[in-house]
Amino acid sequence: MSARYYWGLHLGLIALLFAGHFVLPAYQHGNVARIMVLAVYAMGYNIAFGYTGLLSLGHAMFFGAGMYGMGLLSYHFDAGALPAMAAGIVAGAMLSLVVGLLALRTAGVSFMIVTLMFSQALAMTLVYFRDITRGDEGFVIPSATRRLWGMDLSDEAHRYLIAWGLFSIVLIFTLWLVRHRWGRVFVALRENEERASLLGYDAFRTKLGALVISGTISALSGAAYALLFGYAGATFAGVQYSIFPLLWVLLGGAGTVLGPFVGALFMFYLIDLSSGVTDAYMLIAGVALVLLTLFLPQGLVGEVKRRLWRDLP
Amino acid sequence: MSVILQTRGLSRSFSGLRAVHEVDFDLPQHKIRALIGPNGAGKTTFVSMLIGRLPPSSGSITFEGRDVTALPAPKRVGLGMAYTFQITSVFGKLTCHENVALAAMRRLGGDTAAVDAEVREALTRVGLADRAADVAGDLSYGHQRLLEIAMGLAQRPRLLILDEPTQGLAESEIADFKALIRALKAETTILLIEHNMSVVMELADRVTVLNFGEVLAEGTPEEIHASRAVQAAYLGTGTEEASC
Repeated sequence: MSARYYWGLHLGLIALLFAGHFVLPAYQHGNVARIMVLAVYAMGYNIAFGYTGLLSLGHAMFFGAGMYGMGLLSYHFDAGALPAMAAGIVAGAMLSLVVGLLALRTAGVSFMIVTLMFSQALAMTLVYFRDITRGDEGFVIPSATRRLWGMDLSDEAHRYLIAWGLFSIVLIFTLWLVRHRWGRVFVALRENEERASLLGYDAFRTKLGALVISGTISALSGAAYALLFGYAGATFAGVQYSIFPLLWVLLGGAGTVLGPFVGALFMFYLIDLSSGVTDAYMLIAGVALVLLTLFLPQGLVGEVKRRLWRDLP
Repeated sequence: MSVILQTRGLSRSFSGLRAVHEVDFDLPQHKIRALIGPNGAGKTTFVSMLIGRLPPSSGSITFEGRDVTALPAPKRVGLGMAYTFQITSVFGKLTCHENVALAAMRRLGGDTAAVDAEVREALTRVGLADRAADVAGDLSYGHQRLLEIAMGLAQRPRLLILDEPTQGLAESEIADFKALIRALKAETTILLIEHNMSVVMELADRVTVLNFGEVLAEGTPEEIHASRAVQAAYLGTGTEEASC
């Protein structure tokens, strides 16, 4: 199918989410804002895992680097929203570069373990230096930072629109990237690294590039999450937040542009709805996840790609 | 006649076993050279060292006057060497078009129109033009081999190393393959590892015979065909067998 169709599909989702701003009831409106920010994280993760085949178990360190890079500058130096966001993004980019240089010397299971360990080290560091980071309890982002061009970012409407803007930019960027030759080489490495090397592609540098893009987008999400929802805490750098994007991407469809959003949306509402029914909501969520893995192993969008729309990016 | 590729004293051992031993090899430009030898003679080990998949234990490799012994494989490919795998190694989940595009893209960069034209041409030359949209993993074994060759062509290499390209091809496909390689001679230099003697005899300008990791003989196809030493190595009637 031609480029027109998939641009239509992706821009359609962006338009739909914009319309959501005007029609969604307050509670759903807040949820969707949160989901869009988390979907940015999942889209970042998907570039490393879904497209390049780098199964990282430590992406929370990049999310956390963004969150704390932005939060600490705000908390200690009363930085404005833009410099604080920039600090978060730079922190994530630098961290992913350093971690990539070391961790990408390994592959497969070793890579999973090394990324997990680096991530745990960062989480421990955040707890240990409690004078600076406020340790476990975290801190509230000062309201001075949560203003941008005269807008109050704690306001629901502004929050939704900024989340929507970031989501749209990252979605379009991802769609562009995976169609670009860099993205195609990412896929080549995922599918057959030796063959890709013998076509002249430098596997290490390409994977490093993918990991830095992935880590930087994850950091953008972490920074935006703290800015929009007003809190930074060490839990966000914990192992749980490394597993979440993996689950979202697997449920939605690894290596599809829409998969991360669909997965994040699905899992958010799965937990939200089942916790309304019973206290044992994780049981319901768990069974649903097992069923999905059994019957839709490619994920929701992944199955659409496999069955109906093979060249969906 | 200028030499495009040269090895001196090239050796590789695997935990004491000498797979390739002190090979001096010269490949002139725009020639088709066949590399033959019995199973286990060290042919694939030898070409793996040429392309950089395997580091040599000792010796040197010179490509177009430049010592490439220490260069990693992607850099050698960047200099103009290309290699097609003995065991097909295509991107099974991607389409034929995408497989060949990946081969062409490194050289042509982001110029989509040029990449598409190159892909069409390479697929047409190997006779897979109508399969462009098919997923490579769904092709028959023979067609995957042809796809490998198309990926080699799309790189427009200065030296194309083909590791048993006709294995698994039907007779008619082998005839097409011969015509294709003959046409390529004007553009590139070809090093062919081959078991099919009709391919070797008809295509090669010269033939190098490896046996037990060493060069046993080198000459025109006719000379090799007549060589008693080569016959002995292949048929196992000589004294070499007793020594192993």
